[in-house]
Amino acid sequence: MISARGLRKSFQQKGQEPFEAVRGIDVEVRRGEAFGFLGPNGAGKSSTMRMIAAVSPVSGGSLRILGLDPATDGSQIRGRIGVCPQEDSLDTELTVAENLYVYGRYFGIGRAEVRRRAAAQLEFVQLTERGGAKVEDLSGGMKRRLTIARSMINDPEMVLLDEPTTGLDPQARHVLWDRLFRLKQQGVTLVITTHYMDEAEQLCDRLVVMDKGLIVAEGSPASLIAEYSTREVAEVRFGIGENESSAGAVESAVGRRAERVEVLPDRLLIYAADGEAAVAAVHDAGLQPVATLVRRSSLEDVFLRLTGRTLVD
Amino acid sequence: MSVTVAMATRTLTLRNALAYRHAWWIFVTGFLEPVFYLFSIGVGVGRLIESFDVNGHPIPYAEFVAPGMLAASAMNGALLDSTFNMFFKLKYQKLYDQMLATPLTTTQVALGELTWSLLRSGVYAAAFLLVMWADGLVHSWLAVLALPAALLIGFTVGAVGMAFTSYMRSWQDFELVTLITMPMFLFSATFFPLSAYPGWLQGIVACTPLYRGVVLCRELTTGQVTLDSLVSVIYLVVLGAAGLAVVGRRLERLLLT
Ligand SMILES: Nc1ncnc2c1ncn2[C@@H]1O[C@H](COP(=O)(O)OP(=O)(O)O)[C@@H](O)[C@H]1O
Ligand SMILES: [Mg+2]
Repeated sequence: MISARGLRKSFQQKGQEPFEAVRGIDVEVRRGEAFGFLGPNGAGKSSTMRMIAAVSPVSGGSLRILGLDPATDGSQIRGRIGVCPQEDSLDTELTVAENLYVYGRYFGIGRAEVRRRAAAQLEFVQLTERGGAKVEDLSGGMKRRLTIARSMINDPEMVLLDEPTTGLDPQARHVLWDRLFRLKQQGVTLVITTHYMDEAEQLCDRLVVMDKGLIVAEGSPASLIAEYSTREVAEVRFGIGENESSAGAVESAVGRRAERVEVLPDRLLIYAADGEAAVAAVHDAGLQPVATLVRRSSLEDVFLRLTGRTLVD
Repeated sequence: MSVTVAMATRTLTLRNALAYRHAWWIFVTGFLEPVFYLFSIGVGVGRLIESFDVNGHPIPYAEFVAPGMLAASAMNGALLDSTFNMFFKLKYQKLYDQMLATPLTTTQVALGELTWSLLRSGVYAAAFLLVMWADGLVHSWLAVLALPAALLIGFTVGAVGMAFTSYMRSWQDFELVTLITMPMFLFSATFFPLSAYPGWLQGIVACTPLYRGVVLCRELTTGQVTLDSLVSVIYLVVLGAAGLAVVGRRLERLLLT
């Protein structure tokens, strides 16, 4: 579906060096998979998505979407994909149902057909009752769902979702995830960007971790965790300002039970196969953390390992 | 699936019609201004004026002013959508970003939006012609051609307005639009003939789009058509086409980054 080789994007800036947002990435997305771009703000995810959506010219490298070249077949590519941009771009002067109808007509879909699809999509995203409402009166989650419904109006082979749940409350996120799962089951190829590791774990079969315009790791969520992290993580929290100074003592306390100890401003992360054993070792050494927690490793840990930073700061 | 220009234009027109459904009164206010001028200056002040020469034929003053206001109403019809409204859609509503995520191209979007301006011009001009006819200010069947003439004015004003708007950075910049259209409205031989100006100024006024529109409308509603009308048509077509080309390019520069 997508084949990128050495893909680059740079932005011309007045009186400055061009800014390189994407600095040479290779990506292959296969039909039917849910593919993710995971990375912090500014990693170059949206820039990449806009190139894939054929609305942003490629600055370097090669890019093929559905086997087509976005530079010459942009219109054709856009006709076969669905786009859910980072910022909701709904038509605020139209009602919910009109948004779908008019958008479908932009694709040249016949009147009766687009009416049928609009009704089906409203049903799918559970907005049927709000069909006559003004867009402004929708909640953030509803707007996002409407945007997703809109991106499906042309029966796309692939849907691009740029941070689909950013800014939503937990319940709205779960409703949205559920809809995206169903899309995936219908065989739609999904390409998702996110800076939430739980979202990437939930939705993506395969993902790349991006940082500063480059891909730093690639694989399935499970394989990335297996490769770059331990099975468990013990989080130990000391008093304010004591975390960093306790790191050395913790390291010697856990010894070979842990692979490494990571220092964050508010806590220490002990990477170990057996988290409980590591915590026990900390206590046995006479250290007294104010709180401890043992959890499964996540993509956040992978990211931390690769970049030394957290995803959301 | 590919979208033809005709389909794109129809859909954009539908979209604008739906968006305007609740604001139809904005339509009416824009239309009324030249009508008020016609009655205040053309008919009212016209009572004080004996008679007036157009191409050597004497006509009542109101018949002189009316086609000027007809051209102005066509301009008004195109102006609002191609400037303020386009700026809002471009910068705030991000409407064109939406459209360009679909198979639509920048040229199709520009053409579709322009068509709306053109339609609005046409509606204003048709209504204005009716007012003129009801008031006995039309004396030639050629006046029917003033409607396509008004559409042409709408095309040119709309295209140039959109081209301007694509360079605007903030709402303040729109003072410029008023600064250009206001004197055009007052001085494009709308209320008095070109001969009132010194020679060098005549040359400048004769090159403004509204003056070309006024000449065209006046020659058609008074039934005295000269080569000046042909010059006007060519001028308006060329200027409009140039504006449209600029809009297409600018949308690409601004949105497809
Ligand atoms: N149009 C633009 N002009 C200049 N810089 C841009 C533009 N768009 C994005 N950038 C910069 O490129 C970098 C990557 O941005 P983006 O692709 O939006 O990242 P992400 O979506 O991962 O947060 C950021 O530093 C951003 O400021
Ligand atoms: Mg982004």
